[in-house]
Amino acid sequence: MIVEIQALTKVYDGKLRVVALDGIDLEVRQGEIFGLLGPNGAGKTTTIGICTTRTLPTGGQVRIAGIDVVKQPAQARQLIGVVPQFNTLDRSLTIYENIYFHCRYFGFSHASAKSRSDELLAQFLLTERRDAMPAQLSGGLAQRVQIARAIAHRPTVLFLDEPSAGLDPQSRIAMWTAVQGLRKEGITVVLTTHYMEEADELSERVAIVDRGKLLALGSPQELKSTYGSNTIISLKLRNLEPAESVAADLRLREGVASAEVTPEGLRVFASGADGVLAEVIQSCTRLGLRDISITEPSLETVFIHLTGRDLRE
Amino acid sequence: MSSIQTRQKPSFLKAFLGLYLRDLRVLSRELLPFVLRVGMQPLLFLFVFTFIMPRMAGGSPIMMGGAAGSGGSFGTILLPGLMAVAIMFSGIAAVALPLSSEFGITREIDDRVMCPVPIWAVALEKVCFSALQSIVAALLVIPMAIVIPAKAVYPDIHNWFLFALVLVMSSLLAGALGLAIGSVVPPKNIGLIFSIIVVPITFLGCVYYPWAKLDQIRWLQIAVLFNPIVYISEGLRASVTPGVGHMPVWGILVALTVFLVILGRFGIRGFMRRVIS
Repeated sequence: MIVEIQALTKVYDGKLRVVALDGIDLEVRQGEIFGLLGPNGAGKTTTIGICTTRTLPTGGQVRIAGIDVVKQPAQARQLIGVVPQFNTLDRSLTIYENIYFHCRYFGFSHASAKSRSDELLAQFLLTERRDAMPAQLSGGLAQRVQIARAIAHRPTVLFLDEPSAGLDPQSRIAMWTAVQGLRKEGITVVLTTHYMEEADELSERVAIVDRGKLLALGSPQELKSTYGSNTIISLKLRNLEPAESVAADLRLREGVASAEVTPEGLRVFASGADGVLAEVIQSCTRLGLRDISITEPSLETVFIHLTGRDLRE
Repeated sequence: MSSIQTRQKPSFLKAFLGLYLRDLRVLSRELLPFVLRVGMQPLLFLFVFTFIMPRMAGGSPIMMGGAAGSGGSFGTILLPGLMAVAIMFSGIAAVALPLSSEFGITREIDDRVMCPVPIWAVALEKVCFSALQSIVAALLVIPMAIVIPAKAVYPDIHNWFLFALVLVMSSLLAGALGLAIGSVVPPKNIGLIFSIIVVPITFLGCVYYPWAKLDQIRWLQIAVLFNPIVYISEGLRASVTPGVGHMPVWGILVALTVFLVILGRFGIRGFMRRVIS
């Protein structure tokens, strides 16, 4: 195991005591792309912060290739690359220099830093921009430079924190391609996201976290077949009083796995939308149906199944 | 796993050199602003007080007052003082101001913090690089003091070792002060710091008068002993213009060391608090 996380906890003691991580255990295998999926505030960034030596855990342990990140942070940093959530490119240096000096920080000689930088600029299609300053780059390009810089010292594990936050759809797809390319180089990738498509598309294994706890772990396919095989029909209702009795009634219908009352209306878990939808709508019309949404089996339905909440809530 | 074990151990010196080269590269892009920044104040100060004023007053006792009986002109007193100011301003401009923006919205210090060296080393590099700028700034004052005043002021350095030692320690001290300010003060208050810390410690830093002359105002003479700039001024006075009365050299060196340790620790702690949560 290349990344071993054991019983990790992090409590922020302040006016408001916040338990960011409440005992997380995870293992990431060498060479895989591993996704940490969860809503904002689930503890993803804290987990990455601890793994990358920037946050000190309250309890538990993280080892990268056997090196304890708390006891030997400088050695651990040699093994990891980090792409943080925000653009942290050095504004005083050109794109080329950002990568070149990163290599120098990691002990490269002038010649090897130069050739590594040129190689990465070519690999990430940035050669034309080598002399541009970071402020002149779009969000997507800046993100590409950050990834190139993060892997410049040939880390064993690359951590990407919300890599597609703030990217347009086209840049996001370009970023996905770049990340998938890293796998071919044998770099293990750990990424956090709150986009289920991203976790689904990129990750070989996904850990679903919420409120500092690990809820489920497996390949996207395993998770979907275990927890999220149902289509979810969410209904917003004006009149919530009779909702429970309607739910009870719906549960008896064929094709309905379960139905529950939510703060805004009803949620129906069905084997498919086709046969059931008409009946569901009919039952709910008298409750003042004002909105309906259907979510096909996906990591989204897995998350709803596990937490009773929408990932976007 | 074998590739990991055979990977070369992170070299402290190489990483430190990388950080230093990065700062040199950034400075090389801003040479003119750098010279203007460090040169403008001593230039104008010398011009007004040693070129214009003597002509207006014709050797007024006000302008000569600080030097009366100590064997030097006002220019002689001013030379080490202006070097001290140049050192200190440079330290603050080279560390405190860039740090406050790097810790701010851009967080661009992140990549350097992720170097394979202990984080205190990144802070130490900031101080060392700032010291280089302070030394250049202080040395720039010497030709100005020769060229600008109505009567040229020449440094009178007998003990080059002492001069080098004081210059390096003072420059490191200024960098440590800059680090302490930059990592403790929130970016939006950094301007305020100039008014409430930098200006007072300069004016009360025995820059424009030797410490010995404060004996007429005993309470102030003792109060300014808590001001690190006093030891920078007095240390340079002892090594550049030894003809003017100054504190004992051993006292200056001890005080410089003590302030360097205190401010250095304070600055590095502040820096670590800013980058580790």
